[in-house]
Amino acid sequence: MSTFRSRLVYVACAALAVAGCAKPSKVTKIAAGEDAQKRAQTALINAKPGEVIEFGDGKFEFTSTLSLDVSNVTIRGQGHDKTILAFDQQGQGTGGEGILVTSKEKATIESLAVEDAKGDAIKVNGCDGVTFRNVRTSWSGGPKETNGGYGFYPVLCKNVLIEDCIARDASDAGIYVGQSENIIVRRNRAENNVAGIEIENSVNADVYENTATGNTGGVLVFSLPDLQLKVGHHCRVYKNQIVANNHENFAPKGNTVANVPAGTGIMIMANRHVEVFDNKIEKNQSIGLSIVSFLITQRPYSQDKGYDPYCEAIYVHDNQFVGGGDKPDGKLPKLVSILAKGKLPAIVYDGVVDEKKAVDGSLPDKLAIRIRDNGEADFINLNLPTLDLSNSFALDKERDKVSRDLKPFEGAMPKLSPVTIAGVK
Amino acid sequence: MIVKRGVKCDCEMMLPRRAGAFRFGPLIDRSVPLAALALLLWAAGCGTQSSVQTAAPPEKLSDYGLFIGNGNSQEPAEGVIPYDLNTPLFSDYAEKFRFVKLPPGSRAEYRGDEAFVFPVGTIIAKTFAYPVDARDASLGRRLLETRILKREPQGWVGLPYIWNVAQTEALLDVAGDMVDVRWTDTQGRERANNYIIPNANQCKGCHRLGDELLPIGPKARHLNRDFAYAHGSENQLAYWTRANVLTGSPEPKDAPRLAVWNDPATGTLDQRARAWLEVNCAHCHNPAGPARNAGLDLMAAQKGPTQFGIFKAPVAAGRGSGGRDYDIVPGEPNQSIMTFRINSIDPGIMMPELGKRMIHEEGAELVRQWIASMATSEVPQPDR
Repeated sequence: MSTFRSRLVYVACAALAVAGCAKPSKVTKIAAGEDAQKRAQTALINAKPGEVIEFGDGKFEFTSTLSLDVSNVTIRGQGHDKTILAFDQQGQGTGGEGILVTSKEKATIESLAVEDAKGDAIKVNGCDGVTFRNVRTSWSGGPKETNGGYGFYPVLCKNVLIEDCIARDASDAGIYVGQSENIIVRRNRAENNVAGIEIENSVNADVYENTATGNTGGVLVFSLPDLQLKVGHHCRVYKNQIVANNHENFAPKGNTVANVPAGTGIMIMANRHVEVFDNKIEKNQSIGLSIVSFLITQRPYSQDKGYDPYCEAIYVHDNQFVGGGDKPDGKLPKLVSILAKGKLPAIVYDGVVDEKKAVDGSLPDKLAIRIRDNGEADFINLNLPTLDLSNSFALDKERDKVSRDLKPFEGAMPKLSPVTIAGVK
Repeated sequence: MIVKRGVKCDCEMMLPRRAGAFRFGPLIDRSVPLAALALLLWAAGCGTQSSVQTAAPPEKLSDYGLFIGNGNSQEPAEGVIPYDLNTPLFSDYAEKFRFVKLPPGSRAEYRGDEAFVFPVGTIIAKTFAYPVDARDASLGRRLLETRILKREPQGWVGLPYIWNVAQTEALLDVAGDMVDVRWTDTQGRERANNYIIPNANQCKGCHRLGDELLPIGPKARHLNRDFAYAHGSENQLAYWTRANVLTGSPEPKDAPRLAVWNDPATGTLDQRARAWLEVNCAHCHNPAGPARNAGLDLMAAQKGPTQFGIFKAPVAAGRGSGGRDYDIVPGEPNQSIMTFRINSIDPGIMMPELGKRMIHEEGAELVRQWIASMATSEVPQPDR
């Protein structure tokens, strides 16, 4: 009898457990109003895996960072135009971010807005399984140097999905994915940031169907020295609308993006295996697409033994370039305009090659730079190592060293594989 | 204490009454039969993840029995050892009282570089207080909070307790608080602060190392100094060894020792500045810490110049760069990001970013002098 009963209990439990999984196990609701900070933060600290913390309609005024450190928790609002988490009253000593997530696994943030964070809007550090969906990050004063650095800021993460979000006004990057692996950034709008979308020191990223407009630079794929994840590789940038990214650069000096010229469409720096295709790159006043080594920053890197400053295995094909190149900003575009004598070419390559990998002066096929079928897009190879830039008044003498010839770069490369994240279609 | 959970159907029943503790460590209690555990995991987290839950932690600080009387005087009870650190973390000029209590008959294991390994059941306590007048201790003080680190079988658990207005008891509060405080400082100046009592997540912001929560203070290099015990002054490592709560410690003269940041007799300018930077910054800025994404390592033992900031470009500083190009420009504190951020109280700029509402003027001056003392040099150029 007792055996039977315990078996019955067991079965009943299993049934309840299964039933419980049909919907989220627990939803804790947070309404706007007095004491929202304490109620929200307490709920986030006491959350159980599987729990949903749901913010209601309205504007929530927070005075310090909201932090989450529990795995498998969803933070949800009623829509990015209905649930506003505002941080303009944020005080010192409580953290620099709007929302800070340090959960080990599975953090989801959806359907809300984070406004006016003193530092980064939403930072997720070291989490496997990050989802941002239908979230907006912005600053109410529009683009300004005093705005926080990043809108969306997953770093040292794995399996990152950022979709249907809006990132505006960040003084560094609207959507920034750093030192992470397995990344999908799709259908977002990045507007009026210094960098619209930046993939930095990251591995396996798909960036597609986004709109980047009004930024200083549309999409950046970078690797920087002195970081834990040393070299970014395998990134596909495709089917994006990268339009009129001509905003004056408002990043605080000292930051890498402070050197991005206004009017940059796509910029690839010190990365390997990057495929750029089917994008519309339109009316970016400096350079539609640049492929450069870290050397152009004129910053030190050689003390970082694991770092590789060169671009290799870059495949640019089937993009549509429209207009642009008519108003160079910053050092590199101005140099290019002198060397190109007139309108800037749509595609600029600095021509810096790692001599250790070169065979007879050029990269072997599998590490080559390949550029094909980009319509009428024109091209320049600066052959930077051969240029004498010491006399800025005599740069026109260097013109015969650059090349406008695309022939050495024509041809196909194997396409990169799509990024897959478990459970994401 | 682990709750030995049976197979229960009501998920709510399995939640602790108060889930304030934060913890790290293995997520599975081996003592629960596997079948039951599988079912529990399934019920609690739908098979994705679960954590072992403990009994509710004490609501009252007095339940730990750390102090004589109600704890107002911060006099340790029998078996509770007070201690100090060579260079302490700056906490808005608050006074701090540190204590450790090991289970009777147990000992901590000495480690040369990392925190000592304490037995399960160890309690580490740190009380934060402001004096009425820093020039005259007899005028009394106001206790604000006592932070508890407790060593559970799965790892360390952190619990913040806030002192009541009557100063007779402190109660657990995971959400933290802000408290207005006033005091007279050592130079007779009236000072005021809106002191932050961190929430449980913010505790982890400093105490996390890799996937673990760890004490920061009880390391040989911090503890290797004299303490004025009731029985007289004695080196802390020597006393802990003699009191039989520490095993494996070498003689104090053979153990590492960090400089006292404001005592030139204990170290050179470089050693004192590096000690201050380790204690105030390196709990995040180390290769396994919460700020590891920045690539800056401020542990005093870090010898690589770029790693500790010299001509290191910022990664994600945002407006924290202050328009400066490198963390440290040797000889040029006013061109160094480090001094800019230490001297700020703007939440988007300041360092440290947690638990600080006031600038540590003396610490900032030490770092300024240290950078100014470095031989100026050109930015190393990339090799071509």
